[in-house]
Amino acid sequence: MILTDLTLAQAREGLRAKKFSARALTEAHLAAIEKLNPRLNAFITVTPELALAQADAADRAYAEGEAGALTGLPLAIKDLFCTEGVRTTAASRILGNFIPPYESTVTAKLKDAGAVFLGKTNLDEFAMGSSNMTSAFGAVENPWKRRGDDTPLVPGGSSGGSAAVVAARLALGATGTDTGGSIRQPASFCGITGIKPTYGRCSRYGIIAFASSLDQAGPMARTVEDCAILLGAMAGFDPKDSTSAERAVPDFAAACRRGVKGLRIGVPKEYAVPGMPDEIAALWQRGRDWLRAAGAELVEISLPHTRYALATYYIVAPAECSSNLARYDGVRFGRREDGADLIEMYERTRAAGFGDEVKRRIMIGTYVLSAGYYDAYYLRAQKVRSLILGDFTNAFAGCDAILTPTAPSAAFAQGEKMDDPITMYLNDVFTVPASLAGLPAISLPAGCDRAGLPLGLQVIGKPFDEETVFAVAAEIEAAAGFSASPTLRAGSGA
Amino acid sequence: MSLDPATVRRIAHLARIHIGEDEIPRLQTELNGILGWVEQLAEIDVTDIPPLTGAAQMALRTREDVVSDGGIVEKILANAPERADDYFVVPKVVE
Repeated sequence: MILTDLTLAQAREGLRAKKFSARALTEAHLAAIEKLNPRLNAFITVTPELALAQADAADRAYAEGEAGALTGLPLAIKDLFCTEGVRTTAASRILGNFIPPYESTVTAKLKDAGAVFLGKTNLDEFAMGSSNMTSAFGAVENPWKRRGDDTPLVPGGSSGGSAAVVAARLALGATGTDTGGSIRQPASFCGITGIKPTYGRCSRYGIIAFASSLDQAGPMARTVEDCAILLGAMAGFDPKDSTSAERAVPDFAAACRRGVKGLRIGVPKEYAVPGMPDEIAALWQRGRDWLRAAGAELVEISLPHTRYALATYYIVAPAECSSNLARYDGVRFGRREDGADLIEMYERTRAAGFGDEVKRRIMIGTYVLSAGYYDAYYLRAQKVRSLILGDFTNAFAGCDAILTPTAPSAAFAQGEKMDDPITMYLNDVFTVPASLAGLPAISLPAGCDRAGLPLGLQVIGKPFDEETVFAVAAEIEAAAGFSASPTLRAGSGA
Repeated sequence: MSLDPATVRRIAHLARIHIGEDEIPRLQTELNGILGWVEQLAEIDVTDIPPLTGAAQMALRTREDVVSDGGIVEKILANAPERADDYFVVPKVVE
């Protein structure tokens, strides 16, 4: 048995049945990281001593019959979640040496459930990007390769490191965050599953902020059920986050077994964008066929403001980013550059500490919020955001969930789509609308393109109805029987 | 609407990001590209549409106005670039 090939649910069964120890499971993953991470660059920080100590504690818990939902299961944490005493960088030079004095709520919950943390994963700087190319700690290599072609591909972003480690079997699961598609697009590019839950489902406390009205944490794993198990541990009300929802956490894993009989699945006609690759259009059609065969009813729906979602997002998100990132001023934490006076110290610190994409977004955000332009840009974008939410509300009057492709392409090569910022922004065309509306949405691998690269389908649900999202995704997963695996992975001898 | 070099300089200063003169042409092109692209929102009729400020469809909670945390000076100062006793140190502000 190759321990790194197990799903999270299988590993938990094995630990409970004492087929192997948590220490052995953790050591297998640490060995795989040691071998593959120098090439993938998917972890910024690996914490083997902490992981082994947590694994030993897990073995004691199993011996004493006190194991929790995730006891002894090795996970990777996106380096955007503050972890007490463990460096947390947001993949930025400005936080290169930041050691948080506190723990994020989501990671605290995972620890309480008994999880083992292997380390902190790479990402686009401050989660701003769709390729992981903006990290101050270098690009991440996607473990998948085009058939017969060793060109390094991007893992997507911003949670690209998390997606790559799960795909390469360096962890059983990982945390991600999603502001406009940062869990779903890398999940699609790396052939894994990832869900952005409803805004408010997971606490934002201790997650380094990008755009606070959009940021939401979620799990990434190799199966729908594994994501359901992880989300169950991550979710829940937190008084430390003013937008945390006071709602009970349902049994997401049980929802995976509900089936789709009688469900109405909406297919938005506006997502059939001109120029969609035929392989993605065909996969989307297969998804519809699978669900129909399983007893669901497929209905065409209209989300008329879809084509304005990206532009809306690229006003709202930079505006919030410019405000959130004002805190990096070289005074209380993070990097400082000297200046003749306070203002010059701020300006030199931020110029040296932030990368180009972060600076661009801060400047766009500063402009759209500035006197004289606020109404024309920011206020107008917020009104269009209302219209986009209204589209979904209207559509959900006639359907239970929505099926779309996750991304407009498979993984692209490192260095592609870098010519101008907008080309990169177009990656998020199918994921941004659900983000603006705060809706739960999952991406799961459903097939491969002609080059052998994975392609994802997205299921979007009603607010706080992750259960239906899991039910539909589990049905697609079963029908798709996706079994391809990446070239670079633990246990492959690569 | 097109940003001129002076406006690029002004935005950078408002954002407290130092930029060199040699960076201005590139930033001008990139920022104008993005602003030109988002200009498409102008074609939508938003008359009487209320702005949506966030995805959380709920009223913000309030809590008791009491001290709930404190006494963690060392934790707060632990990451300071420069400190003196229990203070953050910054360049001289008042002459």
